[in-house]
Amino acid sequence: MNSDWPYRLREHRGTLLALLAFVAMFAIYVANHPVGLNANVATTAANKGVLLAIVAMAQTLVVLTSGIDLSVGMVMVLANCLASAIVVGSPAATALGTLAVLGTGLLCGAINGAIVIYGRLQPIVTTIATGAVFYGAALALRRVPGGDVNASLAEALTGQLPGISVPASLLLLVVLVLVVWLPFRHSATGRAAYAVGSSELAAYMSGVPIRRAKFVAYLLSGLLASIAGLFLTCVTYSGEASAANGNTYTLYSIAAVVLGGVSLFGGSGSAIGAIFGALMFRTIGDLLFVFNLDPLWQPLFQGVVLAAAVCLGAVRLLRVRNRLDLYG
Amino acid sequence: MADGEAAVSARGGLAGWRRHVDPATLSAFGCIVVLLLVGSVYSRSFLSPEYLLQQLKVASFLGVIATGMMIVILLGQIDLSVPWVVAVGGMMATAATGWGPLGVALAIPIGIACGVGLGLVNGLGVAFLRLPSMVVTLAVNAVAQGLMVVHTGGFSPQDASSPAMRFIATGHSVLGIPNALLVWAAVGAAAVFLLTRTTFGRTVYAIGNRERAAYLSGARTRTVVMAAFALSGGLAAFGGVLLAGYASKAAQAMGDPYLLPAIAAVVLGGTSILGGRGSYLGTVAGVILITLLQSILSVMQMEEFGRHVIYGVVIVAMLLVYGRGPRHSD
Repeated sequence: MNSDWPYRLREHRGTLLALLAFVAMFAIYVANHPVGLNANVATTAANKGVLLAIVAMAQTLVVLTSGIDLSVGMVMVLANCLASAIVVGSPAATALGTLAVLGTGLLCGAINGAIVIYGRLQPIVTTIATGAVFYGAALALRRVPGGDVNASLAEALTGQLPGISVPASLLLLVVLVLVVWLPFRHSATGRAAYAVGSSELAAYMSGVPIRRAKFVAYLLSGLLASIAGLFLTCVTYSGEASAANGNTYTLYSIAAVVLGGVSLFGGSGSAIGAIFGALMFRTIGDLLFVFNLDPLWQPLFQGVVLAAAVCLGAVRLLRVRNRLDLYG
Repeated sequence: MADGEAAVSARGGLAGWRRHVDPATLSAFGCIVVLLLVGSVYSRSFLSPEYLLQQLKVASFLGVIATGMMIVILLGQIDLSVPWVVAVGGMMATAATGWGPLGVALAIPIGIACGVGLGLVNGLGVAFLRLPSMVVTLAVNAVAQGLMVVHTGGFSPQDASSPAMRFIATGHSVLGIPNALLVWAAVGAAAVFLLTRTTFGRTVYAIGNRERAAYLSGARTRTVVMAAFALSGGLAAFGGVLLAGYASKAAQAMGDPYLLPAIAAVVLGGTSILGGRGSYLGTVAGVILITLLQSILSVMQMEEFGRHVIYGVVIVAMLLVYGRGPRHSD
């Protein structure tokens, strides 16, 4: 039983590398922070990181099936606008509103999945077009930024856990991993998703439920994106139909997925790796502040880091023995 | 554009005509006619020559950008760096205008050269590092954005366009035809020639069909991929130069509204997003279709949210009609 650890290590190499890189960067960040690591610094950093981490999880599910979801950011924006309108009032109304927001996310994922699987359109074009529709819906809900959210829910999600000074958002992330990711990963559908990502033809020939695997991946992606939108509402206490925001989160989610060791060709990687990729990406952005660099340079710095991370994917060229392997 | 296609098909005879006009292109042109009819219900002036010329002028900017996008999509790749490459083209051209007489004269080539440079970086990542074009071009987009933020914030360059830029974007030449339309016609004719009459064009289609086979046949796949991305970058930047001339100034987010329409125009024109299949005539139809759709939605005084929803729904609906993949793709 214990002799298979080299294989397990290899399987989780991307995730472990992302974890190590994140720990190293966060250590540098904390060591140079003027205040050091106290509960407030940790909570602020965690809230920003967790928001991106949830979107990155959403992106991972689709990327594993060798698809891409360019509408995750827009689903998040739509959920944000919806939550700022209906997740208010009494506890019962808030609970109902939360369910409606999550249901909307599932619906968005179902639309994407249905068009890609049954409409047989390419994921990239489909999700660009549905992203425009989701953004239009968000704009219809919130023509100008505004709205509100149930304060006790927001406090519970973005504050600190009672008793111990640990950010509550980290608990939310752990719960999402335990409730959404791990059951998916260890189900027959989850294994089918990996199989589809590795080789759709081989998966089809082996009788793997291709359609179910893909559909569930898009469905859960929509659900996670809407949870991110709900969380965003709790952080900002308002809703805003911002196309720039949606596009930025879509872009950053792809960056996080790449940094987290998930292959964009599908079939390898894990959402846990993507989570550490997201936390790492956020820490990189924050490093500029502790080193007192001009904020003007931040977009360029993040762009260069993203480009460097993308180039890491070229390391596989060193392992190629036959040049023909490069041409799929 | 259309005249170039006509010349090609005249030489190829009836068979050539049928080879070049696929059902997707015909459907796209059919949709254009339907849109014009719908529009004429709302406004009498919709079918007037002035209005149609104005639409073609607006379509030229998208047309130039979509030309580069089409070449990259034919390879089976995609260029997501269009938004900020467009902005780089416009902003560097206007910045050059502020450098004195030499800068004014060279403004347009400088803008295009910057786009070609970014396109070469894209090509390097895709052809030599073998990275997915989606992430390479996203990263280059982010780097271009960072460069422009530093450029405008740190150096506060001039943002007004040169007279030459305004002339090619807003002027009129023979018979009142807008110069922008003539520019698009020239770019389109060159693209048709490149794609149908040169080794480069045939290699682009070959790579899009099966890169492995193209490589084994001795085609210089890496050079062609690099050149295609450089062309896409250069044309996106040229689109930015034209847009800066049209608006008399360059702005940071000027390229944002052009990524989705460029991809949509190419795909609606029957070019397969997987590469290897598609004609320039289809892209022309797609560009005009997208421009008319946007115009009609604003003539109908549709609110902004409705425009986004209808836009997305129409693209999905049209692709469902004629852009579907094979039943079981490998």
